[in-house]
Amino acid sequence: MMSKRFTKVLVANRGEIAVRVIRGAKKAGYQTVAVYSDADKDSMHVLEADEAVRIGPSPAKDSYLLIENILAAAKLSGAQAIHPGYGFLSEREAFAKAVQDAGLIFIGPDPHSIEAMGNKSASKIRMIAANVPCVPGYQGDDQADETLVAESKKAGLPVMVKAAAGGGGRGMRLVYEANELLANIQSARSEATNAFGSGQLLIEKAVMDARHVEIQIFGDRHGNVIHFGERDCSVQRRNQKVVEEAPSPAVDEALRVKMGAAAVAAAKAVNYVGAGTVEFMLARDGQFYFLEMNTRLQVEHPVTELVYGVDLVEWQLRVAQGEPLPLTQEQVSAKRKGWAIEVRLCAEDPRDNYMPQTGPVLSWSAPQGDGVRVDTYLTTGATISPFYDSMQAKVIAWGEDRETARTRLLKALEQTSFLGVVNNKDYLSAILANEAFASGDFSTAFIGKYFPQEQVSAAKPSSRHVALAVVALYLDDAQKLAEENNLSSEFIGWHSSHEAPAEFKLKWRDQEYDLEVLVHDGHQFSIEIAGSKIEINVARSLPHEFHYIVEGVQGKAVIAHHGDAVWLTAEGTTHCYTDTSLAPAQAVAAGADGRILANSDGKIVAVHVEAGQKVEKGTTLVVLEAMKMEFQLTTPVSGVIETVSVKAGDQVKGRQLLVQVKPDA
Amino acid sequence: MKRIESKINTSSAEFQANAAHNRKVVDDFRELQRKARDDRPQRDIDRLRSQNKLLVRERLKLLLDPGTPFLEFSSLAANDAYDGDVPGAACVTGIGIVSGREVVINAGDASVKGGAWYPLTVKKTVRALDIAIENRLPVVHLCDSAGGFLPLQADLFADKYMAGRIFRNQCQLSKMGVQQVSVVLGHCTAGGAYVPGLSDYNVIVRGTGAIFLAGPPLVKAATGEDVSVEDLGGCDMHTSVSGTADYPASSEEEAIAIARDIVAQFKRPQKTHIEWQEPEAPFYDPSELYGVIPKDIKQQFDIREVIARLVDGSRFHEYQPNYGKTLICGYAHLWGYKIGILGNNGVLFNDSSLKGAHFIELCNQNKTPILFLQNITGFMVGREYERRGITKDGAKMIMAVSCSEVPKFTVMCNGSFGAGNYGMSGRAFDSRFLFAWPQSQISVMGAEQAANTLADVKVRQLAKQGKKLTQEDIDAIRDPVLGEFKRKQSAYWSTSEMWDDGILDPADTRNALGIALSASLSAPIGDPRYGIFRM
Repeated sequence: MMSKRFTKVLVANRGEIAVRVIRGAKKAGYQTVAVYSDADKDSMHVLEADEAVRIGPSPAKDSYLLIENILAAAKLSGAQAIHPGYGFLSEREAFAKAVQDAGLIFIGPDPHSIEAMGNKSASKIRMIAANVPCVPGYQGDDQADETLVAESKKAGLPVMVKAAAGGGGRGMRLVYEANELLANIQSARSEATNAFGSGQLLIEKAVMDARHVEIQIFGDRHGNVIHFGERDCSVQRRNQKVVEEAPSPAVDEALRVKMGAAAVAAAKAVNYVGAGTVEFMLARDGQFYFLEMNTRLQVEHPVTELVYGVDLVEWQLRVAQGEPLPLTQEQVSAKRKGWAIEVRLCAEDPRDNYMPQTGPVLSWSAPQGDGVRVDTYLTTGATISPFYDSMQAKVIAWGEDRETARTRLLKALEQTSFLGVVNNKDYLSAILANEAFASGDFSTAFIGKYFPQEQVSAAKPSSRHVALAVVALYLDDAQKLAEENNLSSEFIGWHSSHEAPAEFKLKWRDQEYDLEVLVHDGHQFSIEIAGSKIEINVARSLPHEFHYIVEGVQGKAVIAHHGDAVWLTAEGTTHCYTDTSLAPAQAVAAGADGRILANSDGKIVAVHVEAGQKVEKGTTLVVLEAMKMEFQLTTPVSGVIETVSVKAGDQVKGRQLLVQVKPDA
Repeated sequence: MKRIESKINTSSAEFQANAAHNRKVVDDFRELQRKARDDRPQRDIDRLRSQNKLLVRERLKLLLDPGTPFLEFSSLAANDAYDGDVPGAACVTGIGIVSGREVVINAGDASVKGGAWYPLTVKKTVRALDIAIENRLPVVHLCDSAGGFLPLQADLFADKYMAGRIFRNQCQLSKMGVQQVSVVLGHCTAGGAYVPGLSDYNVIVRGTGAIFLAGPPLVKAATGEDVSVEDLGGCDMHTSVSGTADYPASSEEEAIAIARDIVAQFKRPQKTHIEWQEPEAPFYDPSELYGVIPKDIKQQFDIREVIARLVDGSRFHEYQPNYGKTLICGYAHLWGYKIGILGNNGVLFNDSSLKGAHFIELCNQNKTPILFLQNITGFMVGREYERRGITKDGAKMIMAVSCSEVPKFTVMCNGSFGAGNYGMSGRAFDSRFLFAWPQSQISVMGAEQAANTLADVKVRQLAKQGKKLTQEDIDAIRDPVLGEFKRKQSAYWSTSEMWDDGILDPADTRNALGIALSASLSAPIGDPRYGIFRM
C-alpha cells in the first residue's frame, strides 16, 4: 500500500482554484505541478507551483481542455496524481478514465460515478430508485389532454407545462388553477409545435419561491460517505451563483439531517468517492427536490471549510491515497461552528448585462482581518484575458453568527481594491447590504426582484464621486509635475496673477462632465459641477490614495490612473472615468468646410449634382480623371449644394474649387 | 541650519495695523490686475466672438496643462501708459507647463486694440524672449495681432530693443537649439509674419489665421492685385503651397491641441543640478508678511523676518552674523533648492559692501543661485566713508553682482533708492527674474529729498533775482515735483514700464521664486570670472 502513495500532484486547472489546490497540496507535503496556457505563463498558479508545464495556446480548447496535453504534462513532470479543480475537464468521464488508464491517480470520483451523474434523466431515475426526492411530474409518451391534466393534478398545483423539445421559455406555462390546465396545455402544445416542430409536453411540479440548497458530501474507498451540511446558493442570476453561504438560513437541524441523509444516499447510489455536492431545490414548505450532483470540488467549498474547520483539498488527497475519511459523521457534525458567506468577485459589468471585462489590473489589494479569507490569483499588474471565466476572486467571511459574517464580508469588500477592470464589487456590496438578504428570507428570485437590470443599469456616480475623480487626476498630475521638475506639489494650480479655475472634462461611459477646479494651497479644492459647488479638502495625499474632508467628515479614496483612465473607489463605489480634458479636438476632414477641391490636375468626367440639391455625407459629387485614373470626389459633410463650378469635360487645376457645399448646421 | 527666531509679536497693534494696511494694498493690486485682465469694451469682445475667436485667457486654458502653475510676467505692463487704454500691454507672457514642459508663453491679446503692438507690447515681448534665452526655455507663441500701432511707429520700430529685437531673439533661441512653436490664430501681418516664420513649428487655423507681409488692402494699393485673405496667406495656401506654415487646423481648439502635441515632442531639458532637499513649508506663515512690512516706507524692519517667511522651515544659515550687519547674507533652501540670500538691514557701509561682494563670490564658487531682497536707501555718504573708500567698496559689490554666473533673483521688498539698487542687482544687472511688492518704491533718491532739493535750487535762483518767495510759492514749486516723483517711484509706474517682471502679492513670493528657480535651471551655470576689483 505504501509503495502506491503518490507524492507529486499535477493541478489541471488555472486561476484561483489552481492556486488553492496547489497551496493545499504543498501544505500537505506534496510536490506540485502547474499547467499553463500562453496567456497564463506568468499567472500566480505557475509561480506558486514547484514545477510548471506549458500545455498550449491561450484558448481553453487548445490547452486546459486537451486531455492528451495534460497527460503529457504529467508524464513530462513525473506527477503521479491529477487534481482537476472545477470546470474544464473536472466532470468529464473520459478524462477521469484517461488519467486512470495512464496509470495515474484521478483526484475525484471514478469515471462511472461521473457518468452516472452526468446524464440528467438517467440520474433522476437512479435517484428516484434510491429514494432521493425528485421534482414530481410526468414525462410519458401518452400526450392526451386528459392524461396531462390528470398528471398535473397528481404532481400537485401549481405545475410547469413544458415543451419537451423546448427552451427559452417558449411553449412553457405556469399553471396555478386546475380549471386553467386544459387551456394552457392546448396553447402550450400549439406554441411548441410551431416553435420546435414537436408538440410533446411534460409536466413538472412548480416549486415556487424555492431556494437553492446543496449538501457537501465526501466518500472514501472504504464505503464511507458523510456530509458536511448544506450551503445556500439562492442568490443567483441566470443560474450563476453570486453569493453562497453555510449554513442556510432556511435549514434547521432536523432538515439538515434529512437532506444530509438524502445526499449521502444519492452518493452511495453511484458508489461515490471523494468530494461531491448534491444540489436540491428547497421549497418554502420544507420539501426538497434533487436537482443534480456535481462530482467535483465546488467553487463555494470555502464556506463549508470555514464552518467545519476542515481542509477539503487535504481530504481529497487523503481519499485519493486510499485512506479512510479522517472523521466520522458525528465528529464532523460536532465541528460545525458559526456562519460563513462567500461572494464571487467577477470581472463583469453588471450595468452592461454582466458583460465580461478584460484588461490590466491596475490595483489589487485583498482585504485582511479576522475571519476573512480571499481565494484569488489576482495581482496588481496582472492582465485579465478574454479566454477564461470572469470570476477573479472569492471573498469569504466567517462569523459566530450570520450577521457577523455578513457585516464582516461587507467590510472586507469595502477594503478590497480592484481597479483597472470593471467588476461587480459594488454590486456584491449592494446585495450584502440588502435588507431581504440580511433577513435571510429570500429565494432564487432574489436578484430578479431586488436588482432588476433596469435598476442596476441606471445607477450613476454622484456629483461628489465625479468631483473626487477630478481631485485624483489633479493630484496625480501634480505628483508627476513635482517629480519631473523637482517641484513641490503645493505648486499645483497656483497662478501668480490671479486665481484661474482649471477646466476638466471627464467621461463616465457616455456621460460627459464639465468641471471647474479651483485649488488653494494645493489641497483645498473648490469644484463646480453641473451648477453646484463641492468643497473638498485633501488632508493627505499618498501615491495611490488620498484622504479628503467633505462637509466635516474625512473619507478615503483609492485611485489608479492609467493613460486617460482614472479609477476611483470612494464612498463605497468604484467608477472609471476617462479624462478628456485635453483630448484633441476632432480633426476635421479636408473639405469639411464644404469646399470640394480638385485632388490634382485633371479632366472632369462627370458631375453628379446641381446647385440646390441636398446631399448626404459620402455622396459622389464629381468624377475627375487624372493619370488614367478616375477619382470619385465625395462630400465629407451633408448639406446643400451651393455652387457647381465645373461641367463634364472641363480641364481643372489641382486644388481648384469644384463644388461648394453648404454644410448642415 | 537653524530656524530663524522671529522677534515679531503678531498680536501687537502695530503688526495688526500693518497687516490691515498691506492687505488693502494687495486687494487694490488684485483689483488692478483683474481690470487689466478682464475689463474690455463689449464691442471688442463681440468682434472676437463674431470672428469665432477665443479670448486669450481661454486660449491659455486650452494650452496649459490643467492645474499646473502659471507665472505671469508684467500683468500690469502699460497700466500707467497710453491713458490706460492698453491693459497688460496687449499681450500675456509667462512661464507655464505645456505637455509637461516648462515653456515661455507669448500670447497676443486681440481684445486690446486688435492686439496691435504698442511700444510697451514690444518691450514685454522682447523681455519674454530674453527670459527664454537666458533660461533656455522653449516658447509657444499664440499669434493674433493687428500689427504695429502706426501712430507710435517711431517708438517701436527701429531701435536696438524695439520690434526687430523680437525676431533677433527668435533667431538666437533657434541658434541655441531652443525650440519654438507658433499658433497662428489671427493675422500675422508684416513683421508679425516673422514670428511664425522664425518658429521651428507652426500651426494655422483655417479661416481666421493668416500670414502675409502685406494684407489685401496694402497689396491692392501697391500692385493693384485683388486678392482674398485666404488666397493671399490663409491656412490652406501656407500649409499646402508656400510651406510657410506646417499644420492646418480647422479650429482654435484643434490648433492648440496640435501645438500641445508638438511641445510633447520637445526633448526635456537636462536641468542643472544644484543642491536640493525635500521642501518644507516655512515655519512662519508667509501671510504674516503683511504684518511685517511697515505701513511707512521710512520705517526700518529686520529683513530676517521676511526671510523667515519665504524659506523652507524658516531655516537660515547666516554668514558673518557680526560683521557688516546692515547686509544680511546667508544660505537657505527655497522649495528645496539651496540658495544664497542677500537682504538689506539698513544703508550699505564699507563692511557690508565687502561682505556682500565676498558672499556673492562664495555663491558663484559653489554654484548657488542668489536671491536679493531689496530694502535699500543706498550706500553711506559722507567724509568719513569716502575716506574709507565707500565708492570703491561699493564698486566691488557691483562688480561681483555684474559678473555673477549663477542665476540671480531680485525682489523689491520695500525701498530701492540710489546706487543701492545697483549693488543689490537691480534691473540693469540681469537678474533672471525681478519682482516687486506692491508697496515698494524705486527712485534715484527719496521723493521728499528730491522735491526739497529741486525746490531749494529754484528758491536760490529766484533769490538771486531778488525775488522773495512765500511758503505758498514754495509749495507751488515743490508739490508738482513731489507728485511727479511719487508717481514715478511707485511700483505701479515701475511695472508699467517693465522695470520688473511683475508685481507680486508678498504671500505669493515663495511660489513665484520656486518656479523662477526651477526655470532658471534649464540653462547651465558657467564658471565665475570677474573684472578688476578695485582694491
